Amino acid sequence: MVPLQWYIWLATAVFAIGVLGFLTRRNIIIMFMSIELMLNAVNISLVSFSHYLQDMRGQILSLFVITVAAAEAAIGLAIIIALFRNKATAHVDEMAETKG
Amino acid sequence: MLPELFFGYFAAAIIIFSLIVVTRRNPVHSVLFMLILFFHIAALYLFLDAEFLAAIQVIVYAGAILVLFLFVVLLLNLKEETLIRRYINQWPMGVVFAVGLFILMFISVRSFLAGPKGEISSVLTGQSNVTNLGTVLYTEYLFPFEIASLVLLVAIIGAIVLAKKRLKS
Repeated sequence: MVPLQWYIWLATAVFAIGVLGFLTRRNIIIMFMSIELMLNAVNISLVSFSHYLQDMRGQILSLFVITVAAAEAAIGLAIIIALFRNKATAHVDEMAETKG
Repeated sequence: MLPELFFGYFAAAIIIFSLIVVTRRNPVHSVLFMLILFFHIAALYLFLDAEFLAAIQVIVYAGAILVLFLFVVLLLNLKEETLIRRYINQWPMGVVFAVGLFILMFISVRSFLAGPKGEISSVLTGQSNVTNLGTVLYTEYLFPFEIASLVLLVAIIGAIVLAKKRLKS
């Protein structure tokens, strides 16, 4: 029997890798993929809790996370296309339009 | 012994592929490695007795979201992407933050104690995963389910409004 903590550690590692990709990459598409990676890490931890605590609610929550991820991907990619039409770049450090 | 080996292979593959995804120079390669990553995560869900979520993972993530990413990557035509630097200038700060976050969460999970057990699962009710999931989703979580459909509707309308060309008036 694999302990529950192994799954949580795996989810932690994937989440940290997603944070790393989001904070260090220039390409905005890779940044969005890092967000998907973080949502997947949360899903792994939710499903493992659902299995080890013998409760279905974790899987329901993870279903909602997948819904939100799909909506977020559609909106985010539409924003990327609109940005690319105006600036013709996919690099975040060339998009400093809203500088305070 | 065998479950640990199975988990070890899939955990190692998931971590290695996610590192590859965030470090590739070409976004198309990142998307394709992410496809392999999502299949490994689906296998992990099967291992955790969540068959429906494994199917949803393959259909929605690998089938819909990644194809959307691939479309956008090909639409933007990033030829110069493969020639210039990948990371922003402040990347050491990002590495420090991510590693610190990982260490913090790793230490805090070590002292984790599981809560009380729930009452609905395949082991307890003797029914299949999908039956249990549908029972809970359409009774206890009916209202959040409706809100999820509203979220998807807003996403569809928002994507159309954002991506369409401005008409000259």
